[in-house]
Amino acid sequence: MTRESEWQLALPLTLAYAAFFLVPLGLLIAVSAFGDDRITTLDGAQWRKFLGDPFTWKVIVDTVKLGGLTVAATSLIGYPLALVYLGAGPRWQRVILFVVILPLLTSVVVRTFAWIVILGREGVINQAVLWLGVSPAPLRLLQTEHGLVIALTQIEMPIMLLPLLSVMSRMDPNLRDASAGLGASKWRTLVRVTLPLSLPGLVAGCMLVFASATTAFISQFVIGGNRLVYLPLIIWQQSLVVYNWPLASVAALTLLVSVGLGVAAIAAVGRRGRAYAV
Amino acid sequence: MLARRASDLTYSVVIGLLAGLGLLVLIGPVVIVLLTSFTLGRSIKFPPSGLSLQWYRLLFDPVSSSQIHRAALNSLEVALVAMVAATVLATLASVALARRSGRWVRALDTFFMSPMILPMLAFGLAALMYFTFLGLRPSLPLIMVGHTVVVAPFVLRTTSASMSQLDPALLESSASLGAGWLYTFRRVTLPVIAPGIAAGAFLAFVASLDNVPVSLFLSGPRSDMLPIRMWGMMESMLDVRVAAVSGVLIATVLALMLIMERVVGLTRRLRD
Repeated sequence: MTRESEWQLALPLTLAYAAFFLVPLGLLIAVSAFGDDRITTLDGAQWRKFLGDPFTWKVIVDTVKLGGLTVAATSLIGYPLALVYLGAGPRWQRVILFVVILPLLTSVVVRTFAWIVILGREGVINQAVLWLGVSPAPLRLLQTEHGLVIALTQIEMPIMLLPLLSVMSRMDPNLRDASAGLGASKWRTLVRVTLPLSLPGLVAGCMLVFASATTAFISQFVIGGNRLVYLPLIIWQQSLVVYNWPLASVAALTLLVSVGLGVAAIAAVGRRGRAYAV
Repeated sequence: MLARRASDLTYSVVIGLLAGLGLLVLIGPVVIVLLTSFTLGRSIKFPPSGLSLQWYRLLFDPVSSSQIHRAALNSLEVALVAMVAATVLATLASVALARRSGRWVRALDTFFMSPMILPMLAFGLAALMYFTFLGLRPSLPLIMVGHTVVVAPFVLRTTSASMSQLDPALLESSASLGAGWLYTFRRVTLPVIAPGIAAGAFLAFVASLDNVPVSLFLSGPRSDMLPIRMWGMMESMLDVRVAAVSGVLIATVLALMLIMERVVGLTRRLRD
């Protein structure tokens, strides 16, 4: 092995990815083109049936909307926390980082379970609601879209914050001091200095949260119930319950394209924002 | 001036409240799950009605919780194998790609990182169909392969970050002093990138242990995985052992995290 032949070390991973990642995905596309669940007729009938159904479009819109709402909620709560991190001393910075990473490493299923405890009929929120007398009966929070958005906000919060904290920790503190020294209010410094400088982190966080929230099957299913239908539920039902693999593949590719377009849209908004800020 | 001070005050209040809400939302659910797991009652309720260890005792009962134990051992076994495989493959790849540029290197890097952005559910389904067409039935080795693919990017990311901190002059002086490639790798490269590899391996382990989308499709009756079993226990809603399993998982992750923080500075590596 020499410096010149070092590139060969990439071969094992490349081969593994080709065999167990690229080929299966190619197969997914191939199977989606078949019209029947026995995978014999190649006529694209499942695509026509799926995309011709108005219900499908409602599901696609709902899935994208769920991602959008989660992105909005995680940014609204996550960004201020990143600002506090920026202004905090080393000790508090470590505490915040720890609080962000602990849930990240805690299983998604555990985090989903936590929200059943919180949102359920006998859950934390309903106990508080009854105790305060806000409502005479327990509120229905599980199996509703807003309940699901609340839960996903916490479940996805760490992946919003990691890229944000990363840009914040690399930001030159002199710029904010200079802005304040020149007489700008804190709000103005936020809008004109901090926000433009941290935009790449915010955009990266939004992309990750969108991609994750739209495909979080267990959380969607357990908290949303089967009355809230999103694309992952269709993939699961068609593949593992009904065994219609072509239709499952169509739904999986639809999810892939929807997520891809959503992420691309967030990236485009980010570029726009940067152009405006400069 | 007064208006200015009022505006700065609203800034501090608004940002402070939202950030406080953020911290509460992040850590609250973890605390609530932990407390719930010690409940004396027979249902999942918060605050718990009295404290006891009954659900932990039931969870560790070898007879009544044997299915959970089987699933936990399967998950542990898969996570260990996937971690080792992903660490070896991704470390080699990041050494190969380090300090190289060009269209092919960038394309390969994007290819290696793509499992992170791609909906894993689509990959899980694709893997199930692929293995079925090859005539293979769902089993632990297949889950290991699937997990290796989706956790390799974690190792690649942290190891590549460490590789970029390696001073090329060190490698050159080692080579000019007559050291062979392997010797230089062992004595110069590896010590520098080892913490990055360790952090990546840890993340890969946790990601495999936690994986739902791939296990969902590749696990069968004889290859049950812990997250999938927990999902089943949650569907029934009556099983408070989910809280106890969660408690064990949280404690394990917390312990591992503190160790990794000491050894390789995990949190800083995750941030950067």
